[in-house]
Amino acid sequence: MNTVKLLAVFAENRPGQAARVTGILARANINIRCVTVASSGSFGVMKLLVNDPDAACRALQKEGFAATLTEVIAVEMPDKPGALHSVAECLANHDINLANTSGFVANNRAILVVEVHEPVQAGEILNEHGFHILTQKETMAV
Amino acid sequence: MPGAGPILAPNHMFWHQQLETLDRPSLEVLQIERLRETIRRLERVPFYRDKFLQSGVKPEAIKSSDDVRRLPFTTAADLRETYPAGLLAVSRDEVIRLHTTSGSTGKPKAVFFSRRDVDTAADLIARALCMTGVTRSDVFQNMMGYGLFTGGLGMHYGAEKVGCMVIPAGPGTSERQLMLMQDFRTTVVHILPSYALYFADFLERKGVDPRKDLSLRKAFVGAEAHTEETKNKIEAALGLDVYNSYGLTEMNGPGVAFECESKCGMHLWEDNYILEIINPATGEAVGEEETGELVLTSINREAMPLLRYRTRDLTSLLPGPCACGRTHRRIHRIKGRSDDMLVVRGVNIFPQQIERVLMSMPQIGHNYLILLEGLDEMTVRVELSPAAFDGEVGHVAELQNQVAEKLRAEIWVRPKVDLVASGSLPVAEGKAKRVIDKRSL
Repeated sequence: MNTVKLLAVFAENRPGQAARVTGILARANINIRCVTVASSGSFGVMKLLVNDPDAACRALQKEGFAATLTEVIAVEMPDKPGALHSVAECLANHDINLANTSGFVANNRAILVVEVHEPVQAGEILNEHGFHILTQKETMAV
Repeated sequence: MPGAGPILAPNHMFWHQQLETLDRPSLEVLQIERLRETIRRLERVPFYRDKFLQSGVKPEAIKSSDDVRRLPFTTAADLRETYPAGLLAVSRDEVIRLHTTSGSTGKPKAVFFSRRDVDTAADLIARALCMTGVTRSDVFQNMMGYGLFTGGLGMHYGAEKVGCMVIPAGPGTSERQLMLMQDFRTTVVHILPSYALYFADFLERKGVDPRKDLSLRKAFVGAEAHTEETKNKIEAALGLDVYNSYGLTEMNGPGVAFECESKCGMHLWEDNYILEIINPATGEAVGEEETGELVLTSINREAMPLLRYRTRDLTSLLPGPCACGRTHRRIHRIKGRSDDMLVVRGVNIFPQQIERVLMSMPQIGHNYLILLEGLDEMTVRVELSPAAFDGEVGHVAELQNQVAEKLRAEIWVRPKVDLVASGSLPVAEGKAKRVIDKRSL
């Protein structure tokens, strides 16, 4: 089953921190497809979907950042009302909890980035219900 | 092996075996003799002459090393008030070197060395290096500050005396330190504990594994009080043996007390210093093994001996003899400075207590900062270890909470804990500044 590596970076919640991360990624020639920031008081965690997660992670670690890769699934859905609900319902029926979820729409295609405990299993279930699960490369070609 | 004689400690582990293993009665005789000589020397110094006149102490009255208690204390304030040369006990021509303390508050303390003082200081350090197994085959990279600070030059002379190849690298510029270590196969370093931890992080970023890629065997750390947990962290991160050392400019600089191979307390060279441990409030001796302020009398210095110098460093004596065979008593690693104590919301806190908690947690990085602001608000900034990060914001928040809880259990105040990125806290080239007090009380 296709899974996607999502880059997670720890950053302090103060001006300039996100810019330091994006600066390092720009210099490493990394293309960003999607980004979310979850902040908790004095710090936050940036999550990025990028074209070359291993290189991006190495570049950040080399600069001293706490960065790691997590395995997630990227689900393509139709860009219409009720689409997200059908994904959520499908996972709920199989007792799979949606942890962090984000998404983006480009070129009339809606992509949902889903963090779940068992990404491979979740991907298989969604696939069986007719959803397309993207490869890392496919996420960049959207 | 049949016919083998009694097992003796290998001779190469002693620089001066006879003095280092002198039986206690002989050691005391030597102390008394040297203390009397020191008092005679100090009768030429107006500051001490006045004090002797007031108290009526005569050198002949010194019959045991305990009689040192009849002598007056000398304090840091005395050194500042007599600055620059009020405590000089020889003529200026006999002085070959001057060192000073950093003097962060007003005038520094000036300390003079005669030729024999420089040599004695180096000798005491040679003893210390030798007892951990350092030999002339070692390459000694001295990463302490040279200049007015005694840590650099003092150790340099000692390591040269042993016959090591000494690299006077000085502090900072990690890239160059690494280059020297690689090109000259450094085996021993002398380094500040805070910089050792920073340097370990630097190596990790560079992808250098010190166990495989470097030849380091030993590190001598000193000049900053640090905890057992910090020492363990340095040993694990750099893959070497860490030996604690204690010294202060007023007493020659480094080389006053050092750990031997047993790493169980620091042997304080009692043929050179008479040690006392007192209650800092009353000036009275504390009970055996009790913690108090270390007071030192230098009995083998020429240019500027000091009587009963109040070091303000808190320690205790370790009981019993040491496995290494040395008879010089051992002091516990410095537990804090009597003037380092913080009072937060009415609670007495030593920064070392906080350090101990932080360094025992593998999820926490190597640097930290204690901030006191507003009306007694305490914030502890600690670094998140990159290896402990799994991408979950919730886990990081949990860790932050856990650190605050552990600190509360240790110091009885729950500080605000800020986790920051590794490498984002300031790194000092000299001694690390761990506490910033901006309170408006």
